[in-house]
Amino acid sequence: MKHPIDRREFLKLAGLGGVVFASSLGAARAAGTMTAAKGGETDEDFYFVQLSDSHWGFEGPPNPDAKGTLKKAVAAVNSLSEPPDFIVFTGDLTHTTDDPKVRRQRLAQFKEIVSALKVKDIRFMPGEHDASLDHGEAYQEFFGKTHYTFDHKGVHFIALDNVSDPRAMIGEEQLQWLAADLSQQPRDANIVVLTHRPLFDLYPQWDWATRDGAQAIGLLSPHPHVTVFYGHIHQEHHKMTGHIAHHAAKGLMFPLPVAGSQAQRTPLPWDPAQPYRGLGFRDIEAEAHEAKFKLTELPVQKA
Amino acid sequence: MRQSSSSPSFQYKKRDAMQATRRRLTIALGGLLLGTGTLGLRATAQPKEQVIKILARKFTYTPNKLTLKKGVPVVLELTTADVLMGFSAPDFDIRADIIPGRVARVRLVPDKIGTFAFLCDIFCGSGHETMNGTITVVS
Repeated sequence: MKHPIDRREFLKLAGLGGVVFASSLGAARAAGTMTAAKGGETDEDFYFVQLSDSHWGFEGPPNPDAKGTLKKAVAAVNSLSEPPDFIVFTGDLTHTTDDPKVRRQRLAQFKEIVSALKVKDIRFMPGEHDASLDHGEAYQEFFGKTHYTFDHKGVHFIALDNVSDPRAMIGEEQLQWLAADLSQQPRDANIVVLTHRPLFDLYPQWDWATRDGAQAIGLLSPHPHVTVFYGHIHQEHHKMTGHIAHHAAKGLMFPLPVAGSQAQRTPLPWDPAQPYRGLGFRDIEAEAHEAKFKLTELPVQKA
Repeated sequence: MRQSSSSPSFQYKKRDAMQATRRRLTIALGGLLLGTGTLGLRATAQPKEQVIKILARKFTYTPNKLTLKKGVPVVLELTTADVLMGFSAPDFDIRADIIPGRVARVRLVPDKIGTFAFLCDIFCGSGHETMNGTITVVS
């Protein structure tokens, strides 16, 4: 199948003003081949917002405004000229703690802060900081299931949990659930996967991987239109595995260095001359009729 | 004292032979545990491999800097002082779960020169992300 935007063009676009197009979605779903969405919704353009890695509870020099950054991000989303259809949080809502009581306090505080978002349709998923120490128990008390699906205007969304197992595994049971869900989808379904860790081996030396992520990619591969949005690495990153596009989002607490660019995976230092540099969120415009996504990176605070 | 009918030199040789047999069995058993080679071949073809003991605890490895020689195999014996930990050296495609109360053994034949990271790949607590070390391989 020929894609309207090939990888070379995709990478070129990725360098332009923070706007990219997901290249995995081709023109197969052209007029006449569209399918109606579940629940009677028809395909139409829409956009949603991805926020990630707010690490509520973190304190330290990498972010002198640790208690204010998430609130600024909420205000920034609320100030968008047109509200998104929904918002997704791709994990590490809170910063980890060994104390279960403090973990619940942080989850409660996070939930309270994001309740100020005007858009109320919010889809959460955990990161390892939220869920790995208690297999997602506290997280589920506040936000419910850690893996689920939903459909929106012709797009099938799958939230995958690769963090509740501290081994960074999706696990056999969830993989079977994924296979069963995919078997119900038309082959040319427009599929978006939301998850925390990269499903591919981005940089295992820094734990930027999912141990059984290749199995999930294998299950998704028969579907020609799959895009993955994830977090974990606190920076924008774009990668193709075959025809599947993977897009990592910036974080909302501290940016991390490019994989392997320094000896340790330590946060990049705060720059007083450019506060909030490297932090941000993105809007994702779904052009459903062409099965294409347009990504726009937005700052926490305008320069 | 019990008398022996054997001469001292014979006794020495016999004891030596028994010890050698015991050594061979130990080495062969080690090879079996590591899942490599057959009993007889490993016992006769390879010298005893160096064993490096590594203790994991929140949130460090001791030692956390290893220096190895290229091509010289070693066995890492990993234990944990507290919770379940991981040991992963992606550049050598080796990893292990370190389960409390057990010894995890990983055989490594360094095939490249340089300094490479190892890390805990099982989320173990608030210091997990700094729980790592290096393997330096020299010629």
